[in-house]
Amino acid sequence: MNLTLKIWRQKDSNAKGQMVDYKVTEISEHMSFLEMMDVLNEQLVNAGEEPVAFDHDCREGICGMCSMYINGEAHGPDRGVTTCQLHMRMFKDGDTITIEPFRAAAFPVIKDLVVDRSAFDRIQHSGGYISVNTSGNTQDANAIPIAKQAADQAMDAATCIGCGACVATCKNSSAMLFVGAKVSQYALLPQGQVEAADRVKNMVAQMDLEGFGNCTNTGACEVECPKGISLDNIARMNRELMKASI
Amino acid sequence: MALDSKVPQGPLKDKWTDYKNHINLVNPANKRHIDVIVVGTGLAGGSASATLAELGYNVKSFAYQDSPRRAHSIAAQGGINAAKNYQGDGDSTYRLFYDTVKGGDYRSREANVYRLAEVSANIIDQCVAQGVPFARDYGGLLDNRSFGGVLVSRTFYAKGQTGQQLLLGAYSAMNRQIARGKIEMFNRHEMLDVVLVDGKARGIIARNLVTGEIERHAAHAVVIASGGYGNVYFLSTNAMGSNVTAGWKVHKKGAYFANPCYTQIHPTCIPRSGDYQSKLTLMSESLRNDGRIWVPKNLEDVKAIREGKLKPTQLTEDQRDYYLERRYPAFGNLVPRDVASRAAKERCDAGFGVNATGEAVYLDFAASFERYGSEQAKIQGITNPSAAKIKELGQEIVRAKYGNLFQMYEKIVDENPYETPMMIYPAVHYTMGGVWVDYNLMTTIPGCYAIGEANFSDHGANRLGASALMQGLADGYFVLPYTIGDYLSNDIRTGKISTDTPEFDAAEKEVSERIAFFVNNKGTHSVDYYHKKLGKIMWDKCGMSRNKEGLEEAIEEISALRKDFWENVIVPGTATEYNEQLAKAGRVADFLELGELFAKDALVREESAGGHFREEHQTEDGEAKRMKEFQFVSAWEYKGEPKEAVLHKEALVYENIEVKERSYK
Repeated sequence: MNLTLKIWRQKDSNAKGQMVDYKVTEISEHMSFLEMMDVLNEQLVNAGEEPVAFDHDCREGICGMCSMYINGEAHGPDRGVTTCQLHMRMFKDGDTITIEPFRAAAFPVIKDLVVDRSAFDRIQHSGGYISVNTSGNTQDANAIPIAKQAADQAMDAATCIGCGACVATCKNSSAMLFVGAKVSQYALLPQGQVEAADRVKNMVAQMDLEGFGNCTNTGACEVECPKGISLDNIARMNRELMKASI
Repeated sequence: MALDSKVPQGPLKDKWTDYKNHINLVNPANKRHIDVIVVGTGLAGGSASATLAELGYNVKSFAYQDSPRRAHSIAAQGGINAAKNYQGDGDSTYRLFYDTVKGGDYRSREANVYRLAEVSANIIDQCVAQGVPFARDYGGLLDNRSFGGVLVSRTFYAKGQTGQQLLLGAYSAMNRQIARGKIEMFNRHEMLDVVLVDGKARGIIARNLVTGEIERHAAHAVVIASGGYGNVYFLSTNAMGSNVTAGWKVHKKGAYFANPCYTQIHPTCIPRSGDYQSKLTLMSESLRNDGRIWVPKNLEDVKAIREGKLKPTQLTEDQRDYYLERRYPAFGNLVPRDVASRAAKERCDAGFGVNATGEAVYLDFAASFERYGSEQAKIQGITNPSAAKIKELGQEIVRAKYGNLFQMYEKIVDENPYETPMMIYPAVHYTMGGVWVDYNLMTTIPGCYAIGEANFSDHGANRLGASALMQGLADGYFVLPYTIGDYLSNDIRTGKISTDTPEFDAAEKEVSERIAFFVNNKGTHSVDYYHKKLGKIMWDKCGMSRNKEGLEEAIEEISALRKDFWENVIVPGTATEYNEQLAKAGRVADFLELGELFAKDALVREESAGGHFREEHQTEDGEAKRMKEFQFVSAWEYKGEPKEAVLHKEALVYENIEVKERSYK
């Protein structure tokens, strides 16, 4: 298929960006979206132009590095996938596709489609861990049984890949789904109980400091999340915060 | 220089304990005056960074991604081995050691593997304490699954995302230390050289991938944890950015590179669909627990399937060839990866491949749907369930175990694997070779360590499933933190290492000149053009089976391609900005050297062992044939061009395990 691409180009974080049009031809429906971008970039390099910068790494939907806003949706029109797993069969010959970076005040653009998501790391620094040193003498892994349901729910929360689609999608640029997932993982496990109150307070405080907005329960984050992280996690975080505050 | 593996004396089971009892320690007050650089933040680098920082060292960690959480360990799916014997099926430290040495086709170092098996149980305890949500049974205890090449269930898992959960565990431990200021994190940075002062590793030159700035970083020791070099094939299951540069740079500065030809071609990956393909996707080996591998028995059926006239589900049992079950009745679909991959290639070469490219076999879950479904019907008290009900119940169980993998398959291939068998084909997945290290995990450069997939030590010629995660975390959490202390105990009076020295000047100059060459060269071909060409040579001539003639051609072709690259490569943009093409150019330049050494290593190794299959050396029924005289590690010393590399041999001695023909029949 032949496509027209409207892509956000921005030289660096200080430059003023703009949308630029490109044409690509003979795109196979079996290509992934990023392979289509590879075709464009190879075309640009061979023409002596600068290729479009975009983040990507594992290309199997787990590293959370790819981050495009395609036709107004984080990771594009498919559900339950990251951009690297989005396939061109979702598009039609002759389509015009708009490609922008994930936009949020807390995610400044580095270049073209590459954004700085280090705010997510700083939130994790503020409490996204259990304070246990490596010792080789921790108690046996089976010493504390954990109900299967709790373990499964913790796992569901822990599958967050930290891509930032929730923030990019949210009209308030809220990071509540991301933070809620981490708080939930530990809140559901006995190992996480000891520091639960401090953890949720610190992580929420850091989230606010980074300039993420508030949650107004529109639920768009859950819809766009490539890993299907549930809104329940936000509710659980609110409960944890309430518990920690009284 | 003679190779000294520094394996401690004494009985195998006491070596590690005795060693720990007698090494030199650094007191806590001195640790805070010692700096350590760790390159890479996967399971090995992440766990090492966190543990060294907990101990009190000042750690500087480097990752080329935007966060340590994105290292490619995250993509490991199936699980992690540990000799816990929770299932009471006869597992033990010795048995894990035995399986690993045998699985590696008797080409790994006994003492290292035993230590790995010994600390494996600690890893699970540690990860559970960190909040890693491993799968559990209804009693609340940890669940296990089985992997290829073993007869026990010792694999712990978190759905099909075990690597992700373990990495996020190590990342959380790092975060705690970053918050304390004990780890200084350098994201979006790439190591471009190691700096030696008085023969010791004392720092690195790194490039800030956002600004292009070249930086000097000094430390008392440098740890390379940068993963494997599977991307030398262009197409692999590695991440797009995975590269050999850190390992190759230390090799060029004096670290020997061991067994480069030992590569794992993983049997269960999604087949290639076209020339535009940028990477291959793995389907976890755990699927072989519940899936049966087959191709049609008759070539007419193959033809009809390829033409779309016949569906695989229409073939009756006696029209199918479950070739692994046929050839290896004892292990069946759970033979080790090298054996399963070669068997798939054998069938496809004989014309039985089931897709348009002729390079695919079926992985079929129908039998599991039925088995699990009948079991569930009984549990739920459903009498006389219909076939459809049984299938539905069975699919629910399979969905709970591997749902994310099935979803991934469907998104990529656009076929529903619940209704039609998956198609799979082998792909490059892991490299057992790597930087040579001694028992302390130190390279032949004093003060320079290599851990995880970046080193060569534990997997011999073939890695068993669920052992890479085990080795990465063993090295980082439980081995390196001890061994590095023994070395650093001599550095308590050294003081801060300065970066303002002729050694750093020279290293920075070399790096800057190479970058300047790339951005100024008025070439004609893109970096990917060369990478794809290299990948094709590697796959065709250094792939699942190799022969003398092909390897000799590969050496000449890679050498010529490298010359062409240095004349005609084009890199757009400048050196002082975010420039992915520039970063890639440096990585491909190193792959072009490694590739040649790889072929040379494969040529010299006149035997078949594990993933290294030389057509000249096979048994009558096509199995790998080891040669007694090759029972050694090939450690290559850099001497300029890869052609001139000098081979050093570390003899492998087996005192605690009988070296036998490796049979899975």
